[in-house]
This record gives sequence, structure tokens and C-alpha cells, in this order.
Amino acid sequence: MDQQFKRIAIEHSDAIVQRWLEEINSLKEGNYTASISDELFESTNREFVNVIFTSIKNQGSTAAVEEFSEKIINLGWPLSYITDGLQVFRRETVDYILSQSDKVDSDFISNVLKSVDLWVEPLIRQLVNEYSGSWEHILSLQRVALQELSAPLIPVMDKITIMPLVGTIDTERAKLIMENLLEGAIKHNSEVVLMDITGVPVVDTMVAHHIIQAAEAVRLIGSTCILVGIRPEIAQTIVNLGIDLGKFPTKSSLRKGFKTALEITNRKVIDLKSQEEDAENLMGSLDGE
Amino acid sequence: MKPQSCVNIKKEWDIVGARQLGREIAKKIGFGIVDQARIATAISELARNIYLYAEQGQICFDVIDTMEHKGICVTANDSGPGISDIGQVMQDGYTTSGGLGAGLPGVKRLMDEFDLKSVENKGTQIKTTKWVR
Repeated sequence: MDQQFKRIAIEHSDAIVQRWLEEINSLKEGNYTASISDELFESTNREFVNVIFTSIKNQGSTAAVEEFSEKIINLGWPLSYITDGLQVFRRETVDYILSQSDKVDSDFISNVLKSVDLWVEPLIRQLVNEYSGSWEHILSLQRVALQELSAPLIPVMDKITIMPLVGTIDTERAKLIMENLLEGAIKHNSEVVLMDITGVPVVDTMVAHHIIQAAEAVRLIGSTCILVGIRPEIAQTIVNLGIDLGKFPTKSSLRKGFKTALEITNRKVIDLKSQEEDAENLMGSLDGE
Repeated sequence: MKPQSCVNIKKEWDIVGARQLGREIAKKIGFGIVDQARIATAISELARNIYLYAEQGQICFDVIDTMEHKGICVTANDSGPGISDIGQVMQDGYTTSGGLGAGLPGVKRLMDEFDLKSVENKGTQIKTTKWVR
């Protein structure tokens, strides 16, 4: 039975392809693929239907399927293009085979459905797997990239280190912040560590708790932690929440924090023009600040 | 009252989603930057409580827009273990998770109205409102 249906489908592939293309084109209207140029859409559809038929003819080759799914992924087309395409193919093929047969009873219909399903299913599985696998890969790469960015430590000058924090702090990141802060403070022999939270959108009790713990840990290893970049609205919410940040110095901006850090390490910024001779040991790096 | 929008809290990152939606709604209603930060922080506390203690729940937002009043109502629902002593959790510094213990009393101070209902082993509902001034 299966071979017979396959023969019908392959022999009349032109007719099926024609109907499939019409159906797919009608789906394009007002749909996710609407912004894709007609030419590209046409050629990809042709390629898609070729992939489907090659796979039906010799159900071993997967190279063409892989190549095609890679192309769709690179084009950035949605996964639903693939699933819709295969659904439509299943429907059209079943319709076509039924219309070509003389005697049609329920057994026959169920046989046709079963055969066509058997052709399409491995394709769906493979294409969806390739597609989602590729997304998972991208996601894991981004996760790593994000983690690398999440708690950077910059030794701006001798004994002074800055950790600029941008974005939401969750438990995982809070752990990283603590580790990097302590490791970096020891490695760079920092006397002062500036934690900049200008880019942190919300400081709730959890974030505050982690900041307090990190500052306390920095104090334990003999350095001073200064919290800088507290925006006015953040200052108000911290007060409303009733969080005590009194155990370590805080400043509104990195500039002020840096000045305090210089004072703690017995240094200061001197204008070059007025006192050129004194400035030699405190050059360039400070101007950047 | 307009139909409410809800955010499900299941993962830690849902907290961020909830507070972003809340901040967006607050901005649309016309809250200033400070009040937006207050609302976002309150949502963050409520959502984190759901995530920490009840594991899952919902944060819902209602826009209140009547002749006299304009504001946002944030409701946190969960079917977690509930709170046995409400008086205790509203005290500053009381915590069972090793945190600061400023969450719920903090939310009460951040918002204008605060209503806590809890049944042990059934769940907790916290309804809190902030008015535009």
C-alpha cells in the first residue's frame, strides 16, 4: 500500500507541488513571512518542496534536510514556516491521493493518512530539532557572553579598583560580583574598591543585601568598599525600604567616589597648568576620570 | 477599572518581567520617576517573596482611573505555605530566608495602601495601591 501511495505522490509531484505552492502563498498574506520578498519566498518554497520530495524518495538522506534547515535559520525565518509548510504538504498530498483513487472507504483513508504521516514525521522531527538546537546553541553562547560581562573589575590605578554594574542583579550574578570583587581586590592589591550601581535599574532588599554582604567581605580583607552611582530615586526607595547602608561610605557619582578613594590613598588631582612640577607622578590616568 | 494584566512568577527572571511591565504601566498612568522606582521596587519585593516562599504565583496589575483618583493596584497571589504570624512579618528585620527582613514592611512604606490576607497552607494575597499625586 505504502509503495503504491508513494508512487502516486511521486508521479504526480508536479500537481501536488503546484497546489502546495498556491496554499503556501495564500498563507503568506498578512502573516509572519509578509515582509519577505516574493522572489526569495518563491525560491525557498521550491527548495523546501524539493527537500520534501527527495526525502520521500530515499528516506535515508538527511544532508539536504540539514542544509535546508540551516538556510532557514540563517535567513531568520520563523519555525512556523517549516511546520506550516509540512502541514500543508500533508493535507495536499492526502487530498490528492484520495482524489486519484477509485474506491475510497474508511480503511483506505486511514491507510493513506498513515503513510503520508510516516513520510512527513521524520522530516518534521529533524527540521524542528535542527532549528531548536541552533537556538539553544545561540542561547548558551549568549549566556556565557553575558556572564563574562556581568561583573567586570577595572584596576583604574594603583590601589584603586572599580566595578561598574549595569543591569539587573539576580542571585547568580550577585555571587559572581562577590567572587570577582574579592579576588580582584586581592590580586590588584586594592585599598579602595568602588562599586558603581548607576546602571542597576532597581535596588530592592535582595540586591541591597548582596551589596552589603560584598562590602562587608571587602572590609574583612582590609580594603574599603565605596558604593557609588546612587541615583536620587534609588536613594529614596532605599530609605523607604528601611535599609541601613550606613556601614560603608556611599556617594552619588563615580567622580565623587573616586575623589574620596584618592583621599583615602593619600593622593589628589592637581591641575597641570598651575603646578606643572608636582603633577608628574599623577598624570594622564586621572584626566580620564 | 481596566482589565488587569498578570505576570506568572515561576523563575527568578520572571521577577524582572513583572517589574518591567509594572514600571511601564506606571509610566503610562503618569507617575514620576521616583514613584516609578518605588512601584518597581515594591513589585520586585512581592515577586521575590512569591519566588522564594511559594515557588509560584502571579503578580497582577490594575489601572485605577476614576474621577477623583488615578493609580495602580498591584496584587500578588500565591497558593504557597501562607504566613502564620502577620504581625511578625510586618516587623522590620524579621526574616526566615537570611535576607534583610525589610521586604513587606518596605512595600507598605513604598506604596500608599497595603492589604495582606493569608491563610496557612492555602496561600497569600497582597493587594497594594499607589495613587498619582
